[in-house]
Amino acid sequence: MIELRGISVTFNPGTVNAVRALREIDLRLDEGELVTVVGSNGAGKSTLLNVVAGVRLPDAGRVSIAGRDVTREPEHRRAALVGRVFQNPLDGTAATMRVEENLAVALRRGQRRGFARGVGEDRRRLFRAALEPLGMGLEQRLAAPVGLLSGGQRQALTLLMATLAQPRVLLLDEHTAALDPAAAAEIEALTIRLQAEQGLTTLMVTHNMQQALRVGSRTLMLHQGEIALDLSGEERRGMTVDVLVRRFQQARHQELVDDELLLTR
Amino acid sequence: MNLWVGAIALGLAFGAMALGVYITFRVLTFPDLTVDGSFPLGAAVAAILIVRGWEPWLTLPVAVAAGAAAGAVTAFLNSRFGINGLLAGILVSLGLWTVNLRVMEDRSNVPLLAVDTILTPLRPLVAEPNVRAVVLFGALLLGLALALNWLLHTDLGLALRATGDTERMVRAQGIDADRMRLLGLALANGITALSGAFVAQYQAFADVGMGLGMIVAGLASVIIGETLIRPRGVLMAIVAVILGSVAYRLVIAAALYIGLGPTDMRLVTSVIVIVALSAPRLRGALGVRGLAMGTARA
Repeated sequence: MIELRGISVTFNPGTVNAVRALREIDLRLDEGELVTVVGSNGAGKSTLLNVVAGVRLPDAGRVSIAGRDVTREPEHRRAALVGRVFQNPLDGTAATMRVEENLAVALRRGQRRGFARGVGEDRRRLFRAALEPLGMGLEQRLAAPVGLLSGGQRQALTLLMATLAQPRVLLLDEHTAALDPAAAAEIEALTIRLQAEQGLTTLMVTHNMQQALRVGSRTLMLHQGEIALDLSGEERRGMTVDVLVRRFQQARHQELVDDELLLTR
Repeated sequence: MNLWVGAIALGLAFGAMALGVYITFRVLTFPDLTVDGSFPLGAAVAAILIVRGWEPWLTLPVAVAAGAAAGAVTAFLNSRFGINGLLAGILVSLGLWTVNLRVMEDRSNVPLLAVDTILTPLRPLVAEPNVRAVVLFGALLLGLALALNWLLHTDLGLALRATGDTERMVRAQGIDADRMRLLGLALANGITALSGAFVAQYQAFADVGMGLGMIVAGLASVIIGETLIRPRGVLMAIVAVILGSVAYRLVIAAALYIGLGPTDMRLVTSVIVIVALSAPRLRGALGVRGLAMGTARA
């Protein structure tokens, strides 16, 4: 469960470059819900994920994950609750380290890291069992440096690393956008499977409107730091990409009208 | 003959320092210049304690602690105050010059003549001083290399290595990257100070100027080692660094052998590093294949 209340984030406050990235966002995701997030560049999608992840602490409002108030906790403190996958497959894995070493780093997320051996036979067995269902043959390549893997393989590994230590929420930041269509489809299927298996409360940012409506049970549209649209249930089932785009344009037009009123006043 | 054995002994004594540079530059990808100050710090601490009558072996942990503290200060300046990493190291090593003079009781040189060092107990076993140093420093470096290899494969070591690789991933995996850099710099400079303590006891003096250009010697060792063997994996990389340190001292010895003077050594060092760094492209230009270099990350 994720709960955001009155979240505001302003970049460069007090300067001419001040940008209100999020404006008093109220949002509640139920346990196990997969929610997709769309919006244009600068709408606040990434900032929203960063606030949940703790990369960016909000200027106002409260954040709670699985009932725990994490508003002031930095990223690494709340990492036990949060699994993340980035757009760039290179960001989620360490290229110079082996597949098994990357997984070992992920396995200890949220726990103290001491002088225990990073990769032993017990852990290797665990990693093989976790890699096998990916169907990529990575269970045969535990000792390979991650830098030798393809983008799709690295993203699959990142996804596995995000969920290995059983977080409560999963944050996906356009995680299929940098992949070729075949790999993107594979990663999308894997995402849905892992999310369902672990019942992870998930926020998935995407630029792809079709994907936004296809995946999950609820879709948010962000616009200028606000939730312009919150679709679920019947309304979402009947929604097409065309209608969604029209709604999107309406929202933007609304903004223009507001500006005009302001100017003529 | 003695010249070459002496060079190997120096290569092993300085090898610990080269491992320190490997930890910062390669494992953490943090260009730490504290080395120029933490190396003579270790030498000064060991020398002054020995002169005061300490058991030589007991001075080593004190030297390590002093070096670790210096490295921690550099990391702290970088993470807490946002001072550029290179500059933080320069500032700390600048300040250490004064600290080192103070440690040496305001003398620029502390001779270790007519006192026992860690090399003394071996005297009855190995007559030749240089061979004695090769045996002792070789054994110590072997132990250090194995310990470092072990550490870099623990959960903590994996976190250190990941921090130098992909910081975004590291933070997402719940690792405090600043803390890792603090630990890593403390470790690296502790080892560097240990190397200073070795060299002071081998050369039988500590000098305030002995850290000058140390970082270049350390980098030269790392790069030469990577050029000689293309290391895959941590253990190979550690072996490469030690080999590189010995090779570097042998080249210096060769330069002395053909008649160059001690004043020429800086230019020699500079040329060695330039050659090692350009080796991949030179090889490519010469059409030598199958020797892709591990210096790509340099």
